Amino acid sequence: MNRKFFLFGGLIVAALALGACGAPAFECDDAIGCVDIEPGAPVKIAVLQVIAGELTSLGLDQVRGVEIAVDEIGGEIQGHPIELVVEDEGCSAEGGTTAAQKVVADPQVIGIVGTSCSGAGVPASQIMSEAGLVMISGSNTSPRLTSSPLGVTKGEAWQAGYFRTAHNDEVQGAGAANFVFNELGLTKAASIHDGDPYTEGLVTVFNREFEAFGGEIVATTAINKGDTDMRPVLTSISAAGTELIFFPLFQPEGDFIVFQSAEIAGLEDVVLMGADGLLADTYVESVGEEGIGTYYSGPETPTGSIYDDFLAAHQEKYGEAPIQSFHAHSHDAGAILFAAIDKVAVLDDDGTLHIGRQALRDAMYATSNFQGITGSLTCDEFGDCAGQLIQVFLLDDPAAGISGLRNNAVFSCAAPCK
Amino acid sequence: MAVSRSPGTPALEQPIVITAFPSSAFDIRKSIRLGLIAGLILVLISAMGLVESFDDRMLIDPILSLGYVLLFLVPLLVGHIAGRLPPLLEGMPAPEHRPRDVLGGLVSGTVASILLALLVIATPVFDLRTLFINLSPTLVGLLTLNQGLASGLLLLVAIGATLGTIGSALHLLPDKWRSALVKSVTWVLGIALLQDLVLQLLRGLGLSFASRLIFTVTGGLSIPATVLIFGILLGAQLSIKTKGESLATRFARLPDSRKRRTLYAAGVLLLVVIVVLPQIVGPYISEVLDLVGLFLLMGFGLNIVVGLAGLLDLGYVAFFAVGAYTMAVLVSPSSPGFAPQLTFWLALPFVVGTAALAGILVGLPVLRMRGDYLAIVTLGFGEIARLLAQSDWLKPFLGGAQGILRIPNIPVGPIELHTPPQLFYPIAAFVALAAYTSWRLQDSRIGRAWMAMREDEDVAEAMGINIVTTKLLAFVIGAILAGFSGAIFAMKIGSVFPHSFNLIFSLTVLVIIIVGGLGSLRGVALGALVIVGLPELLREFNEFRFLFYGIILVVMMRLKPEGLLPRARRAREITEEERAQDVGMPVTATAADPGGT
Amino acid sequence: MAALVDTLRERAVRFSLLSFLLWIVRIGAVALAVWGTLVTLSSGVFTAAQWKDFLIFGLAQGSVYALIALGYSMVYGVLRFINFAHGEVFMSGSMIGFFVADSMAQSGFWDSSPIAALGIVLLASMTTSTLLAVILERIAYRPLRDSPRLVPLITSLGMSFALQNIFRGLFGAGIKTYPVSPLLDGFITLGGINLIHKSQALVIGTALIFMLGLYLFVERTKTGKAMRAVAEDKEIASLMGIDVDRIIVITFAVGGLLAGVAGVLYAQVFRQVNFFTGFIPGIKAFTAAVLGGVGNIVGAMLGGLVLGLVESFGPSIVLAGLGIPSPHQLKDAVAFVVLVLVLIFRPSGILGERLSREKA
Repeated sequence: MNRKFFLFGGLIVAALALGACGAPAFECDDAIGCVDIEPGAPVKIAVLQVIAGELTSLGLDQVRGVEIAVDEIGGEIQGHPIELVVEDEGCSAEGGTTAAQKVVADPQVIGIVGTSCSGAGVPASQIMSEAGLVMISGSNTSPRLTSSPLGVTKGEAWQAGYFRTAHNDEVQGAGAANFVFNELGLTKAASIHDGDPYTEGLVTVFNREFEAFGGEIVATTAINKGDTDMRPVLTSISAAGTELIFFPLFQPEGDFIVFQSAEIAGLEDVVLMGADGLLADTYVESVGEEGIGTYYSGPETPTGSIYDDFLAAHQEKYGEAPIQSFHAHSHDAGAILFAAIDKVAVLDDDGTLHIGRQALRDAMYATSNFQGITGSLTCDEFGDCAGQLIQVFLLDDPAAGISGLRNNAVFSCAAPCK
Repeated sequence: MAVSRSPGTPALEQPIVITAFPSSAFDIRKSIRLGLIAGLILVLISAMGLVESFDDRMLIDPILSLGYVLLFLVPLLVGHIAGRLPPLLEGMPAPEHRPRDVLGGLVSGTVASILLALLVIATPVFDLRTLFINLSPTLVGLLTLNQGLASGLLLLVAIGATLGTIGSALHLLPDKWRSALVKSVTWVLGIALLQDLVLQLLRGLGLSFASRLIFTVTGGLSIPATVLIFGILLGAQLSIKTKGESLATRFARLPDSRKRRTLYAAGVLLLVVIVVLPQIVGPYISEVLDLVGLFLLMGFGLNIVVGLAGLLDLGYVAFFAVGAYTMAVLVSPSSPGFAPQLTFWLALPFVVGTAALAGILVGLPVLRMRGDYLAIVTLGFGEIARLLAQSDWLKPFLGGAQGILRIPNIPVGPIELHTPPQLFYPIAAFVALAAYTSWRLQDSRIGRAWMAMREDEDVAEAMGINIVTTKLLAFVIGAILAGFSGAIFAMKIGSVFPHSFNLIFSLTVLVIIIVGGLGSLRGVALGALVIVGLPELLREFNEFRFLFYGIILVVMMRLKPEGLLPRARRAREITEEERAQDVGMPVTATAADPGGT
Repeated sequence: MAALVDTLRERAVRFSLLSFLLWIVRIGAVALAVWGTLVTLSSGVFTAAQWKDFLIFGLAQGSVYALIALGYSMVYGVLRFINFAHGEVFMSGSMIGFFVADSMAQSGFWDSSPIAALGIVLLASMTTSTLLAVILERIAYRPLRDSPRLVPLITSLGMSFALQNIFRGLFGAGIKTYPVSPLLDGFITLGGINLIHKSQALVIGTALIFMLGLYLFVERTKTGKAMRAVAEDKEIASLMGIDVDRIIVITFAVGGLLAGVAGVLYAQVFRQVNFFTGFIPGIKAFTAAVLGGVGNIVGAMLGGLVLGLVESFGPSIVLAGLGIPSPHQLKDAVAFVVLVLVLIFRPSGILGERLSREKA
């Protein structure tokens, strides 16, 4: 039995070696190596998102964004099907580590779309960078992953080959503060975060920039994920005498703020403003009439119908509207990665696809004016690829859904928005 | 799904008179009832999107996906259950099966698949997708095997009926053939399912070329490989003669001098395996082993608190967090408040100190609480730890939501341990230390005091055991072990974030020690492998991980309530109890209740 | 003899040291609370109306906790194990209730006859939760009744995970928003002042009614008596001719029923439900049950209300007064600290040990 097995194996090896000699040899001269994809074998892309547990909707939404991006280019790159290897990163540092280790253990994986959470992104980006991959996230916003101050100094956790399409907190926080102080002309603001690095980071930058403009932060406080009763928090904020509440939260906590602030005495004339974590169809539908008059900062809305097409494809494929807000960023992250792979991939005569790892990184850094559904995207040297513009949207017609909201921009500023 | 008690009941010495005698396995009402339950399960797994999302995962390329395996497994199993003869009495052999008994499986399988077919028909008629979002056209296509609605559904029912029949017909095979067949199929599916693990192992052993022969480029076993593996396994199963004695009994027969030598040899072998293991299995499996090791370290600690001292602690993660944060603050250059930038080894004594202090802080107020009061208060402490780490209040010291980054690697002489295979060694060393400590403590004076306290606190106190110090000592030792685990965790990840230290974490450690067998060190080790290792290897199940995790917990507890590897003393107690029950049991009652437990 | 005296004396000394420490903890905690409150009071941040609001918020939130806690407490009293899956029983009712409410809102029935519509939703929710609770008992707890107490705890945890994911798989991970009932929109006003939001009034009222009903059921009916007997001692109860299995199923059914009611009320106050909705209220309800004294019906109610009030007043008044930034983030920490303090003062909760013992 054993002898037969080895004989068989030997034959195959010999056949493979012969095959390799026959084809015109491809020389890999890439600094950190190449990925060779045999004829018929898939182009493997890992998708690291949180897809189990309480934050499922954040990650699942983004997985779907990438899947639609795959469908849009016909599911293949130069004749090779795209295979998405979806891994759960648990929105935690340890989850990100394990998932990334699993991904880099497979030498066929070219790049990663993800992670959902900055906490998972920090260790994951280090592991993937050491292994020579590229990684592009649709929802990491921590300045420490790219640069802070924006475009000037490398962030603490910066890694080569790390990109993202979500806005650096530095930009969005400044944009929001700019809008509130200069456009609305308000001088007293309060802010709420929920202990998540994304919301806490945005609030920190907002507070700093708002005070830099000359405004006053009369209260800044925090709730926890899973809290339902915001009335005590809102009452405390009301007592501080604010003109605006900045609440860059997610669902469902964001909904609770909108619903319950209507019941609090003293908050009748206070303006509510959220961020892109709430730019979701389920949110607009959920707050409905009660959300009229609230503002949201977020990425630029593309012209034309590409976002509406995306929404239609989503409904068709998954039976529901997007369940969170970062599907658009994640879709663009996937699209940028696929475009870069397509650009650098070399197709052999025998159908083998060769991709240089450093070449891919270079192509990603060179991305400019990529037309995505979060606007026109250009990557900087630190990996920030989000659109140049921060826009602020006013919710005035909930019946028009998320695309109605995103088409109702009342303010826009170009990074750094100061 | 009735699960009968494990067949390990000892043989009875007195003869028992049997008064009721079921004549055949075929009972139409029972078969229909089983079929309905199976049908509901089929409907559930289809409507939950399991079938569709697992259809992408090929097990045998290109004919069998994981989705279809799930779908086919249910009628097969229910057919098997329907064809089972009702046990006359626990531990007694069932009477011979007859071909007629196969009818039960046929009925169950048919009923189950008809229920699924009804779902397919109802989906477009009532527009069920507005309610159950996963009832997509793709799913309907899958369930009708892409043969169109009418013929597809007929085919579906036919397959269900056939599988049900096969399931019950398995009983007709001789025991040896049946077990060989079932085991071989399970193994083949297992290999296909654990494709990643197999690939990593092959790569580590330098057999990468073999992986090409076994698995196809798009994933899944190739058909020739499937046939080959199945053939080899079946042949091996049928040719191997079962050995009469277990290793343990043969070991017990050895003379003392050889016993010791065998033990030493085993120890050396184990050491060699531990040294070589991470190099062979590669970085990803090492990563999983590292995680298992960290949980094992905590498991040993919690085993002292819960298993020996009987103090139900649901907030064990607090000590883990204390360890991780102490380490992070002391070693990271970017620790926000106080950053002495010590090395790992210099910071370790401080970890012991803070963990012990935390143990006392938690232990003091709960000294007089018992049982579930203790449980909820410790749960509270776990949450308090996380909330404080996350709070803006302590942000100047602990970094708040943004955590602490840039934790350097563990230095050992000139090398820095960084990759998962390297980190395996310090983790293994700490686990060994914890195992040794637990083992020595178990039968020491304090260990016996803990157990006495667990059994009855008042009596223990009356016997002169100092409850205050005994309890506090349990908390402190448990806290220190968790603190070690947290400290290594921080070094391994390179950053700490408060979100890591949640309630699920505490519960996982508790689950490990209970599933493994409370109070048993081997059990805790096996529990950590099963509860932490297995889900990591089965990442295919991804978004459904917690679903299977939950179901497995329930099934495991029902099958082995005393744990996988219970402590010898406990195991004896349970069997004795069972024997006592069986002997004293009125026979008619058993015969009237054929469902078992 | 002398040695014995020595040991005794030694122990007395050690215990007094312990009690001394505990007293320091108690006095310190109370002093901190008083200090924080005084600072907030003297700074005059909050108006009288806002103080009243904090009270109402606390009571409303506490009533939801209390309703879930009642079910918890009953099951605990009879079977003595922590049923982690109870939160999911609560969520299931709320979730199914949503689909019923949503379809009625689309057909216009929700607005045209709001009382009947609410009744139907309540019925759907109660049926779902009751059924689920009974099924849970059958497949996950009954077979393990004679196992060590930690075993059903693990299965309940397993069922909790499984149920969350089953609901997620069936209905999606998205958040579902209840339509607002026209009955419950707006405030009850007294002389032009907004007294209390209608939905909150409904929650507090219903919680009180159900608590009273449950109390009468357990104290006055024959089934209730049997329940107490089973809680006291299952074996003796079965010897006295009580069908223990049946009583336990009834206990689960009643617990599920209450969870179903809580699910609908929760949805009226917070208006949203998703697959994870049950977990945190489940833990909170358990805390409330322990706070009040597990197994005690009035205790569960009281525990829920106290917990709600602590969460409402604690961060805004005490922590803010102590100058702690972002105090509301530590809301749960305050709640657990209060729990610890209460249990130090009274190791078996505010209202004693359990149902049966108060009769004895």
